[in-house]
Amino acid sequence: MIAALHDWFIAPFADFAFMRRALLGCLAISVGATPVGVFLMLRRMSLTGDAMAHAILPGAAVGFLISGLSVGAMTIGGLVAGMAVALLSGFVTRVTTLKEDASMAAFYLISLAAGVLIVSMRGSSVDLMHVLFGTVLALNNQALVLLCAIATITWVALAVLFRPLVLECADPQFLRSVSRLSAVTHFTFLALVVLNLVAGFQALGTLMSVGLMILPAAAARFWARGIGGMIALAMAIAAGSSAVGLLLSFHFALASGPAIILVAGAVYAVSVVLGREGGILARYLPGVHLQS
Amino acid sequence: MPVIALKNLTLGYDRHPAVHHLDMSIARGSLTAVVGPNGAGKSTLLKGITGSLRPLSGSVNLQDHRVAYLPQQAEIDRSFPISVRDLVAMGLWAEIGPFRAVSRAQAQRIETALAAVGLTGFERRSIAALSGGQMQRVLFARLLLQEAEVILLDEPFTAIDARTAVDLLQIVKRWHGDGRTVLAVLHDLDLVRAHFPETLVIAREKIAHGQTGEVLTAETLFKARQMCEAFDDRAAVCAA
Repeated sequence: MIAALHDWFIAPFADFAFMRRALLGCLAISVGATPVGVFLMLRRMSLTGDAMAHAILPGAAVGFLISGLSVGAMTIGGLVAGMAVALLSGFVTRVTTLKEDASMAAFYLISLAAGVLIVSMRGSSVDLMHVLFGTVLALNNQALVLLCAIATITWVALAVLFRPLVLECADPQFLRSVSRLSAVTHFTFLALVVLNLVAGFQALGTLMSVGLMILPAAAARFWARGIGGMIALAMAIAAGSSAVGLLLSFHFALASGPAIILVAGAVYAVSVVLGREGGILARYLPGVHLQS
Repeated sequence: MPVIALKNLTLGYDRHPAVHHLDMSIARGSLTAVVGPNGAGKSTLLKGITGSLRPLSGSVNLQDHRVAYLPQQAEIDRSFPISVRDLVAMGLWAEIGPFRAVSRAQAQRIETALAAVGLTGFERRSIAALSGGQMQRVLFARLLLQEAEVILLDEPFTAIDARTAVDLLQIVKRWHGDGRTVLAVLHDLDLVRAHFPETLVIAREKIAHGQTGEVLTAETLFKARQMCEAFDDRAAVCAA
């Protein structure tokens, strides 16, 4: 029995370096991206995160065009494109009548089309699949260092900006009345979103990099009351989903990125039904009446 | 001695003026109601005074920069997972800023502020679990901690029960008694007549400002309503 459990849970990681690298990469994403995902969700910007994930594609594609599948070039390209789309959509929102969701959608659609076009101009469909869906099982040292560095930067930035970020979410008018940090907080947060999407893109590709950011956060919302608990639980769900997803992909020869995201999706589905904080059962089963 | 002086102030959104060419001053220690129809620019005026909305033209001169602001409840995300204590603690922003921890003495002040608004025992509750009246008490506790000389209240008694309104009105009167300057956006004209010595009537521009008895007349209120209805966002920008 113990041998069977060992073969199932431990051996894939103990015996294969690519599995250990994949797990380390996913854990770094879990630590860095999920707190950002919690704030994205609480600011009702989950779909903005998804749009931004698409927005990094043309930059990564230009990096690919110049240097092939180079971590550095694709990362820098992705960062530049992501920040450009975030700032441009904000600019269009401010100077025209278009709302932020519409301008963001317009820019991400243009970005996605441009990115796919650029990759297909030079690369094969395999390269395109790599950019769109990532290669978590092929993370090299450079990519792992990048993922860990981004997780560290994210935690330092969140530690510094935690209080204004909470106020910017809960009571933005009050923050503006007591401090000039509102704009700084907003743009730093957007930069963190782009940074973590670029990190996720290395492992999960542009189409699913937002998965480990949002799904664990959405699931944690159904269990935790405070923001600290929510962040801790979201990180645990992301880390657990990564390990289980990698094991499923190993044993059943499944695509690893989608396996990880689907496990996180399963945790989310269970949380929607069973979650004690506003889940379906908690909401609709009759509660205990107050006794006089 | 005016504590707030507005000079040809125009405020607005997306380059459209919401309230324009305000020239007036608010005396130190005054208790003033800001009255006007919906869309008159009352909340915009408060945001302009706090500095959260930059003037399109003109200026706001504050003699005392210790300004506390009560936003409308609709502007607060009540679903955000933050406890009553943590939200009230933000009233200490001028002392703790974005980084510093709350000291034991400051924690005691939070307890005292919550007790003053009748919310002892609510510290750990999430703001999502509060009624509208309890939430307004929480926001008043945060104002108490700010210990500001100028206090701006945006519809402080809207959608709360009568008992809460009476309790919170006592706090407002106490601030006035302490010599603080209070400016409150209100819709209940009977309340204004009974408790607010001064009134500012606005409707996209200043209609009247002065002693409540002299200002709050049927004529000025009619004029305010007419001004709001006649205001055209697409009209050409008027001369300064």
